[in-house]
Amino acid sequence: MKKILSFTLNGQPYEVAVKPKTTLIELIRDEIGLTGPKIGCNAGACGACTVLIDGKAVDSCSVLALQVEGHSVETVEGLADGDKLHPLQEAFLDDGGYQCGFCTPGMLMAAKSLLNENPDPSIHEIRHGLSGNLCRCTGYVRIIDSIHDAAQRMKKEGGEKS
Amino acid sequence: MSEFSVIGKPVRRIDGLEKVTGAAQYTTDIKLPGMLIGKMLRSPHPHAKILNIDTSAAEKLLGVKAVITGPRDTLGVKYSNWRRYPHLMDETALAMDRVRYIGEPIAAVAAVDADVAEEALSLIEVEYEILPAVFDPLEAMKDGAPQIHEGPTVRNNVSEARHFEFGNVDEAFKKCDYVREDTFYLHPVIHAFIEPYNSVARYEGDGKLTIWTSTQTPYYIQTLLAMALGLKEGNIRVIKPHVGGGFGGKMELFSDQVVAAILSMKTGKPVKVELTREECFEGGRRRHPMYYTLKTGYMKDGTILAKEAKLYTDGGAYNAMGPTSLYLSGFFQMFPYAIPNYRYDGFHVYTNKTPATAMRGFGGPQAEFTCDSQIDMIAEHLGMDPAEIRLKNRMKPGHVIPGLAKVESCGIKECIERAMESTGWKEKKGKLPKGRGIGMGCYGFMSGGVFNWINSPYAYSGAMVRVNVDGTVDVYIGSAEIGQGSDTVAAQIVAEKLGVPMSDINVVRGDTRTCPPDLGAWGSRQTLMVGNALIMACDQILDKLYKTAAALMGPNVVYDYAAKDGRVFIKERPERGLDFVEVVKAAIRADEGNQLIGRGYYTPHDKGMVSPAYSFGAQVAEVEVDEETGKVTLLQVTTAHDCGQVINELGVEGQLEGAFVMGQGYTLSENLVTDQGKILNPSFVDYKLMRAPDVPENFTSLMVETYEPEGPFGAKEAGEGLTNPNAGCIANAIYDAIGVRITDMPITPEKILKALDEKKKKEAKG
Repeated sequence: MKKILSFTLNGQPYEVAVKPKTTLIELIRDEIGLTGPKIGCNAGACGACTVLIDGKAVDSCSVLALQVEGHSVETVEGLADGDKLHPLQEAFLDDGGYQCGFCTPGMLMAAKSLLNENPDPSIHEIRHGLSGNLCRCTGYVRIIDSIHDAAQRMKKEGGEKS
Repeated sequence: MSEFSVIGKPVRRIDGLEKVTGAAQYTTDIKLPGMLIGKMLRSPHPHAKILNIDTSAAEKLLGVKAVITGPRDTLGVKYSNWRRYPHLMDETALAMDRVRYIGEPIAAVAAVDADVAEEALSLIEVEYEILPAVFDPLEAMKDGAPQIHEGPTVRNNVSEARHFEFGNVDEAFKKCDYVREDTFYLHPVIHAFIEPYNSVARYEGDGKLTIWTSTQTPYYIQTLLAMALGLKEGNIRVIKPHVGGGFGGKMELFSDQVVAAILSMKTGKPVKVELTREECFEGGRRRHPMYYTLKTGYMKDGTILAKEAKLYTDGGAYNAMGPTSLYLSGFFQMFPYAIPNYRYDGFHVYTNKTPATAMRGFGGPQAEFTCDSQIDMIAEHLGMDPAEIRLKNRMKPGHVIPGLAKVESCGIKECIERAMESTGWKEKKGKLPKGRGIGMGCYGFMSGGVFNWINSPYAYSGAMVRVNVDGTVDVYIGSAEIGQGSDTVAAQIVAEKLGVPMSDINVVRGDTRTCPPDLGAWGSRQTLMVGNALIMACDQILDKLYKTAAALMGPNVVYDYAAKDGRVFIKERPERGLDFVEVVKAAIRADEGNQLIGRGYYTPHDKGMVSPAYSFGAQVAEVEVDEETGKVTLLQVTTAHDCGQVINELGVEGQLEGAFVMGQGYTLSENLVTDQGKILNPSFVDYKLMRAPDVPENFTSLMVETYEPEGPFGAKEAGEGLTNPNAGCIANAIYDAIGVRITDMPITPEKILKALDEKKKKEAKG
């Protein structure tokens, strides 16, 4: 029996009918058609499906769609502001923070969650902040550097604005 | 090398924007109208005869559109990359009458959704006759062991034996001051790419089929799928969207591809088959476990005179790429050392386990662990510095391995020296406080294999370049970008050759219908091979442009021309030139409007039996070992790498870091644990991959640039070979730290504690 779910996805309100067993990643990818978040293990172990719920990173394969009723969900597709990339995206491009790119949408969202909580993280804090996200290509080194770089860029941007 | 405009310069990857915005499309993202979901039923037994398969209940389930089995619905063709050596082709898409490992596909269904497909699988009844099984290669080789395959070329489960020998090993051993023999065991690990195996097939009718699939080798899939389905190669279109990692695990035709195709042919609908993570473990591939014995003869001064290597690989139930891993392990055992007398015997042994295949390093990680461990043992015996003994025995440029290889450029000396200098090796080796240690490992690796198992009449790589009237350039390549950055390298090579900006290059790739045949991504072949094909294609275009420019400018003597920064000009008079676009337009007009196209290919000549060129490197790790817990922490990791001319530095560094961390996992934590053929840890929770907090905080990459005459702009391999020296390097650092040597991989805290315990007992007695 499907139920009506109301939530916000990347700033846009949605009202959709979903089965109780449908997971959030299934809703996002299969029903709504945003394929940025990926399924690597479907068991909450790889982080490829990481999205933000109210600004915090979660494995969307381990959340039922109905659990986000009334909440705000953000995927990698919501990261850029129109054609203006988010500093995290700019840093990943400049610093080589991706290779095959399959973990990247999850990494970016895990990073955004981390920066939401801690805008100026140390390398140590970044390393631990990514412990839920697997990457088999990069050895993490450049992902960690990219996030550190992004934090500096955001600090600078924030400074310019104020 | 400052004359380059794009080569070696910092450039953003051409696939970057789509990858950071989530727009990049992978096979798993493809959803076609009316698409069905396919799933496979897998064997729960390691070895059994199939007496009967009853699919009637599954077929009746509402929403099921097709159910297929091997004997009823497939041609039963045995296929693999070994088309040139048919006796090695031993695998079918679905079991015909017997299963040989837990996870082997038996039947498949296509249904309206995944839930229905799974329910249908549970309704298929298979009647088995359980057969005795064998799981260890040494057991499998014994008389009376269960025979996993019959056939004239298989005896006692040995499907392939490799032997090479040069010099006079026995005589040399007699001359040596010392001869030592050591045995090692290497464990199984998996590729663990994050995108699971998956495919979408759409049968178009009239014998034509399109398949989107996550593969490293679109051309292999095209040819082998034709064979498995009985269709014409040219009527099969393989599309490779972005690929979420491969590492050697996606370079063969797999059941998901064949099954998706057959289900689509049966139903007339597109069918998607996607493996779960657990299926990727059980029904996928792994790196070969190996039992290795090394006998090495050496002189008091550290000169190695002779080596004999013997190994038995646990190949699993089918050959896969095992025979090549076997061959290359024996080959890389020599690198990067000049061994004058060498004998190698390797045996590929069937067991009732998941087939093992190529995995980053292709036999090299096993070889270098044993080689690097033993060299340190020899150095200790002689009281020598392990770095000095490596320098003493190193290969030199121009080194020839009789009947196998010609090594042109070779920067191993510079690599070792720079790694020593950067790490303060001399001040640290043997002198660090207890619990801390430093170790070295070295390697040489191939830049593409001179191997044509697939028996293709085509060249190793092909390329086509078309210059449009506005100066933009379309580049058609069949090589496979799987994350390593090869499409960007291809674009850089063309931009440099034609003197146009990167933003004017459009790379057309990943589609066998439009791209030239290419053997794909394996053996670190793409930069060198497709790079050379692109250079040939660009040279044809430049020839036309230079002739046109000469006609337009009319210089009074013959000059040489060059193309750079959007101009075509006289080499010795750079101020005399024309706009690139102007020359392109004139060249097209002069040729009756024919498109300006260059075509190239690459086939190596006179380069031996293995590879056109070899990269080299030295790896140093500084570790801290907690003697209470056995935990190993990597404090500083330094790589000095000779990859010839660097084309994309950010790409090379990223590849080196990734290779190291994969090697770190191989050494310290990853292990595919099986019991009676059943994988006990088939998940990312239980199979321990390195995570961000585990990797070294300090990672230094040093580029040792040499010029490789066979490589495009002098470039060669980067990023695969560094998987090889890590285990030996870390093992040597652990020995330096706490005085225990682990020869049985992986080096877990339990093994370290046990070895420390034994060492203490020995010391107490002594």
